[in-house]
Amino acid sequence: MPNLKDLKNRINSVKSTRKITQAMQMVAAAKLRRAEEAASAARPYAERFNAVMGELAASVGDGDGAPKLLAGTGSDQVQLLIVMTAERGLCGGFNSSIVKLAKAHAERLQGSGKTVKILTVGKKGREQLRREWEDNLIGHVDLSDVKKLGYGNAQSIAEDVLARFDAEEFDVATIFFSEFESVISQIPKAVQIVPASFEADDADSGGSTFHEYEPSEEEILADLLPRGVATQLFSALLENAASEQGARMSAMDNATRNAGEMIEKLTIEFNRTRQAVITNELIEIISGAEAL
Amino acid sequence: MADTMQFDLVSPERRLLSGDAKAVRIPGADGDMTAMPDHAPTVTTLRPGVLTVEMDGGEQAFAVTGGFAQISAEGTTVLAEEALPTGEVTAEFLNERVEKASAARDAASGADLDLATKRVEDLKALGAQIGVSAG
Repeated sequence: MPNLKDLKNRINSVKSTRKITQAMQMVAAAKLRRAEEAASAARPYAERFNAVMGELAASVGDGDGAPKLLAGTGSDQVQLLIVMTAERGLCGGFNSSIVKLAKAHAERLQGSGKTVKILTVGKKGREQLRREWEDNLIGHVDLSDVKKLGYGNAQSIAEDVLARFDAEEFDVATIFFSEFESVISQIPKAVQIVPASFEADDADSGGSTFHEYEPSEEEILADLLPRGVATQLFSALLENAASEQGARMSAMDNATRNAGEMIEKLTIEFNRTRQAVITNELIEIISGAEAL
Repeated sequence: MADTMQFDLVSPERRLLSGDAKAVRIPGADGDMTAMPDHAPTVTTLRPGVLTVEMDGGEQAFAVTGGFAQISAEGTTVLAEEALPTGEVTAEFLNERVEKASAARDAASGADLDLATKRVEDLKALGAQIGVSAG
């Protein structure tokens, strides 16, 4: 039989754990709200950007003159996977589900004879990928010092990626991140960013508007494509931040509930044990009295 | 003919301004242009400069460092990489940009050099225009 003091200690330790998880849940809820706001504030830009890019891309086409960022290098031999995860754990399956998707992707690519290179953003993804894909990791972006995600963060990642593209280090780049659906549902996603693919939104723009371009279409496209990479990275970062907080919030909510259940069970056990001890003592006293 | 049009100024991080504008003066890459209602559909890239919006309540000016503008008959959208009300631009902010552009210029060559030089000049002109001195 477990002794009373041990039980008491366990109850106390579970209680303090519950306090911590409860606090973490509340912090995550507050951060989630801010992350969601940031994500929705960034949406108009991304939407407009993609609409214009879609139009431009459609009019310039995939011809010989098209920039490499749009048309591709003509090969898909070297694949760059940009795996974006959180800097911290304790957020349920958030990090693992992104890494799982990336791993499946990497295995498939390697299986078909492609060269896989991996760039990680966020410490957790790196830790998980290091076990099996150590040799494929080519870089890491540390965002642990970043308090508030800004466009600048996305820009510096984009500069790194574009420099590698210019140096012909890869042909195709895909980002892995988690799309924020709701607090209880975050969907890991893979989106190809180089060569860029934009869906021309014909229904929205009327399809028939012909724009004048100043300077020429090609020049604008060459100017905007690198920004498109940054824009896509930025919205992925923001989605990821919101997803992370959402995942952490529900993970911590679960943990708090589990701790509550555990405390109840332990309290019942504690009470039973205490009663047993009392009964035992009584029996001893009574039988001692009877023996006299 | 409508005398106002829908105008939006958005940066990657947030929407800065949205409303009805009478005219918008845009610092285009090839020169300034003023967009008014029923302007021909145009897409232009921006150079660092001052963007002025004429609205019912008066004029508002923003410093932009780059991006592009989409003008159509119904409205104008400016997608600025960075945009700040001119009153909030500090010498520090500007110097940082100028330094970065200068570093890029020093590293550039050929056709890129011209573009990079222009960027530095544009940034300095922007500073002069709003009365903030840049190094």
